[in-house]
Amino acid sequence: MIITKAKPFPEILQSLEREKTIFLVGCSECATVCKTGGEEEVQAMRDRLQQEGKVISGQVILDPGCNLLEAKKEFRKHREEITHADSLVVMSCGGGTQIAQEASGKVVHPTNNTLFLGTVKRFGQFQQYCSMCGNCVLDLTGGMCPMTRCAKGLLNGPCGGANDGKCEVNPDNDCAWIKIYDRLREIGTLEEFIASPVQLHDYSVNTKPTTLLLERGRPGMEDK
Amino acid sequence: MTALQQALSTEKFAVTAEVAPPKGVDTTEMMNNAKYLQGKVHAINVTDQQSSVMRLGSLASCRLLKEAGFEPVFQLTTRDRNRIALQSDLLSAFTLGIENVLCLTGDHVTLGDHPQAKPVFDLDSVSLLMAAKKLQQGFDLAGEELEGTPTFHLGAVVTPGYEPMELQVLKMERKVRSGAQFFQTQAVYDPEEFRTFMKAVTELCVPVMLGVVLLKSAGMARFMNKNIAGVNVPPWIIKAMQETDDKVATSIKITARIIRETREMCQGVHLMTMGWERHVPAILDEANVTI
Repeated sequence: MIITKAKPFPEILQSLEREKTIFLVGCSECATVCKTGGEEEVQAMRDRLQQEGKVISGQVILDPGCNLLEAKKEFRKHREEITHADSLVVMSCGGGTQIAQEASGKVVHPTNNTLFLGTVKRFGQFQQYCSMCGNCVLDLTGGMCPMTRCAKGLLNGPCGGANDGKCEVNPDNDCAWIKIYDRLREIGTLEEFIASPVQLHDYSVNTKPTTLLLERGRPGMEDK
Repeated sequence: MTALQQALSTEKFAVTAEVAPPKGVDTTEMMNNAKYLQGKVHAINVTDQQSSVMRLGSLASCRLLKEAGFEPVFQLTTRDRNRIALQSDLLSAFTLGIENVLCLTGDHVTLGDHPQAKPVFDLDSVSLLMAAKKLQQGFDLAGEELEGTPTFHLGAVVTPGYEPMELQVLKMERKVRSGAQFFQTQAVYDPEEFRTFMKAVTELCVPVMLGVVLLKSAGMARFMNKNIAGVNVPPWIIKAMQETDDKVATSIKITARIIRETREMCQGVHLMTMGWERHVPAILDEANVTI
């Protein structure tokens, strides 16, 4: 899921300096799990903004916030409230905020910073395991991604910077390469990895902004 | 063939030391520091934004040293440049008469003075070596043919005191396969630790230069033990630095002793001077090393 973190409230308030009437948009999926844009947070935002003298014309929790058709459909139901508002305050990820803008044509203000594609370790604890690089090497690296879990994204083995198995960039993190080598040894493919060609990431496979169009009736698997 | 390459290939004990470019454009101190190394070392390493601190470039500094009659080792990290810029800088180095290149990944930007900068790491030390090797074969990484082919003497680094050591050895093997012709090590203070490491890498048949950071105080030794991966300054050295009235003399003695005790195990020494270039001649005298 997409991990978001709420911006400091004063920063949000400052972005609304010239505006009086606000329509609030939340998201039922990732932002709800991250507690940055679910029912509870939207309600709390409503209260705080009202305390600051803002008028809340209405609110909606999109399911999910990043789907253009869903946003258009829901916004039609709230047309009056949205038309009436100076802007939309969007409690979603960066994708959701832009969808809200596209679906409404209104000025939008994000309340969150979007951080990473996260896995959930346990409730409220997220980890970055994948950078969505477009060229998965997990088969070669024992199911652990060096592109993401090594601070430098090294693809050809560890740097010399691990201390007691911890990364020198952030000692809270294990050195991904020590774990990868342990795992490769465990599954018997370490020698194969050492003998493998030098790994170079191909950034051209994922040049921003990327789009993907599924062909109707075709299975997802590529033959070539 | 560079003087360093010649020393390493003729089994002479090779000597390098490093200088750091200034933060700014006043190169007086760097050039003065280099003068202490005249006739004492085969080549002078020039660090590339060491510890991710923004400074005058390594390439320009290498050229200045070259013009002053020194043989430079161009340290090149993958932290700040993508594969286009790295290959271009390699070509630039050759056209400026610089052939010794030490290929490093580099420290992460968060450890330096511009932690907000974008860390590049498009290549790493292994793929940088491979890129340099391909340039020498007349092609770039994209397979395009070059007009005029450069030659390099390619170096890399390794940390003998890294735990688990096997990982460093495996990475070293990959570096050798990718084109590394010599190695300079992270600082080593324990000859026995170094012996174990050298035994583990015998089969790679590649020259290794023992790295030593000149100790300036007991505090510095403790700091390195705590913060620099793979650096293990033994207690007796810390004690000696703690108890001495003359830190310079003691540091010289310690460094010379490490060189004497490890000399037979390796092919050279690389002195990381931290601004103490002026003490290099005394260290080499004491260690009985001449070039």
